[in-house]
Amino acid sequence: MVSAVSAAFEKAAAEQRAALIGYLPAGLPSVDGAIEAAIAIAEAGADIIEIGLPYSDPLMDGPVIQEAVHRALTGGTHVADVLDTVRAVAGAGIPTLIMTYWNPVEQHGVGTFARELADAGGSGLITPDLTPEEAGPWLAAAASYDLDPVFLVAPSSSDERIGLITSACRGFVYAASLMGTTGARESVGSEAEGLVRRVRAHTSLPVAVGLGVRDGKQAAAVAAFADGVIVGSALVQRLLAADSPTAGLAGVRELASELASGVRAGR
Amino acid sequence: MTAGAAVPDAAGYFGSYGGRLAPEALMSALAELTAAYAEARADPAFQAELAALLTGYAGRPTLLTEVPRFAAQAGGCRVFLKREDMAHTGSHKINNVLGQALLTKRLGKRRVIAETGAGQHGVATATAAALLGLDCVVYMGEEDTRRQALNVARMKMLGAEVVPVTTGSRTLKDAMNEAFRNWVSTVEYTHYCIGSVGGPHPFPMMVRDFQRVIGVEAREQIMQAAGRLPDAVVACVGGGSNAIGIFHAFIPDADVALLGCEAGGDGRETGRNAATLTFGSAGVLHGMRTYILQDADGQTLQTHSISAGLDYPGVGPEHAWLKETGRASYRPVSDSEAMHAFSVLCRTEGIIPAIESSHALAGALQLGRELGPGGVLLVNLSGRGDKDVDIAGRWFGHLGNGSPAQDLPSLTDSPSTGGGTAGTGGGTAGAAW
Repeated sequence: MVSAVSAAFEKAAAEQRAALIGYLPAGLPSVDGAIEAAIAIAEAGADIIEIGLPYSDPLMDGPVIQEAVHRALTGGTHVADVLDTVRAVAGAGIPTLIMTYWNPVEQHGVGTFARELADAGGSGLITPDLTPEEAGPWLAAAASYDLDPVFLVAPSSSDERIGLITSACRGFVYAASLMGTTGARESVGSEAEGLVRRVRAHTSLPVAVGLGVRDGKQAAAVAAFADGVIVGSALVQRLLAADSPTAGLAGVRELASELASGVRAGR
Repeated sequence: MTAGAAVPDAAGYFGSYGGRLAPEALMSALAELTAAYAEARADPAFQAELAALLTGYAGRPTLLTEVPRFAAQAGGCRVFLKREDMAHTGSHKINNVLGQALLTKRLGKRRVIAETGAGQHGVATATAAALLGLDCVVYMGEEDTRRQALNVARMKMLGAEVVPVTTGSRTLKDAMNEAFRNWVSTVEYTHYCIGSVGGPHPFPMMVRDFQRVIGVEAREQIMQAAGRLPDAVVACVGGGSNAIGIFHAFIPDADVALLGCEAGGDGRETGRNAATLTFGSAGVLHGMRTYILQDADGQTLQTHSISAGLDYPGVGPEHAWLKETGRASYRPVSDSEAMHAFSVLCRTEGIIPAIESSHALAGALQLGRELGPGGVLLVNLSGRGDKDVDIAGRWFGHLGNGSPAQDLPSLTDSPSTGGGTAGTGGGTAGAAW
């Protein structure tokens, strides 16, 4: 079956544009607040939502997402809350994945996690610290529950590794635009376009670019060569900087709207 | 897999522990490092260069010292200390960093980064970087940079930059997270010099190989000195590099027991400990599958030990495998038991040990009494206690307001068990290998 995520990429492609993918951690500013924010981002034009599973040791994340997940964890966000968040967002008709470091999934039980994710209406998992070589149990569970395993490729990935990774992905391929952690940057790495080109040589899956995108102009630049534009830290920063949940919602809605115009102006 | 099998396998697994659970961005560097290390290991020129540094610079072989007055407190068996405290920079850490610094040059990289808690590995890395002309940046929890200000100064004198880490719990694990984050963006010209037998493959294997010299020397020395193999080899375990270093040459000697002493902190009940193999469970942290201290959601728990170098919520995967196969055993040693052993060694032998190593000494006091006269124990004295004078001085009341947090033990006293929260000495969590 075609996942909701795959369908969203197909719809964007039919509209001759890149898809917009927004990331938010569950539990920020609260479990319900994160659900509202995710729905607001989708209403403002994001095609797909990534719900981050807050983790104590986020070693691929820059300061903004570190601070966000720290607040979510100290606020008492648990794995069950993350699954509830997915249920609410997916239940609003929004294609939804979880982005998670691996240990929480392993401790929950890979099969159990996959079943509960599927039950919640989630489409799959993005796993920044798990590569296909170590993903045997997850790939089996993803096949059983018809979920999308999404792995990352990086500018340093060899062509051989790109082949290995893309053959394990379903839904889309996550291309890290640069060598570094998450966080908004002045410009998106020039390596991104070359990486997307190299990935396309191995797969017909959509290729979405993440890391560093912070505004509509950058979203348009990336949309010119990628099938999807992923924005995390810039959205999260709006929530962190807001002095009230209402202001946070207004902030992410405004940015998502700008980004949505960006992906529509890219080609 | 049996204890005699070649480990790790090609994917870096010791049984079901180890592996390479790391971001894709690092995979190319890890593969490059694995290949370069395999070449270096087989290259006589590399081995000769390292051996020359170990003897001419680090002071190897280190001594084996019999300690009869200490042994009298340990059931009357014979106790031998492997004197890693006598190595340059004051601990076994130098063995590993010299190897990795040489490898950094071989990789054509010009910069090393390291994580540290109390600063021993940071100082060793800064030392090797100064010696070999490499740029050096050390990540250290902000709390530890204040508490271990002298080691921060040492690193700076040696030309290193010290970056205080202000994220998460501001301890060793967060310093390691920050080092990984930097490595991802600088990997083209930077080598991450991990300080213990943890991290993604090939680090647990490579660091073990660089530390293996401890046990190789000690095995020869004790055969000379005692005329036989020891009944047991005892070492402290945080990440586990000094323990693997002294254990490894004895693994094939089935009659030699291997005992790792973990940081029991205030005990199990309080949750204030770092006894990963005793109280933890299998999970993934810092690129490896191993035992970790975690909650039901897989979130890493806060740890505590009076010993900065043992205060880490994970452990090297080879130790997890040695535990699982039964080849080694591990037991927790509380803060107060360790400080008792610290004091006993100071006053019976005139050797001030590191508080880390004092956990092994406490294990030896226990094991010696279990073995009785006629037993032979080999204990890895992994580091010297100069860095711990402030903490120990406060614990025993030699520093501070003059009221001892703990009474000086009489030499025949058993240590008090658990609950040793010294008002000033007990709060030294956070830190490093």
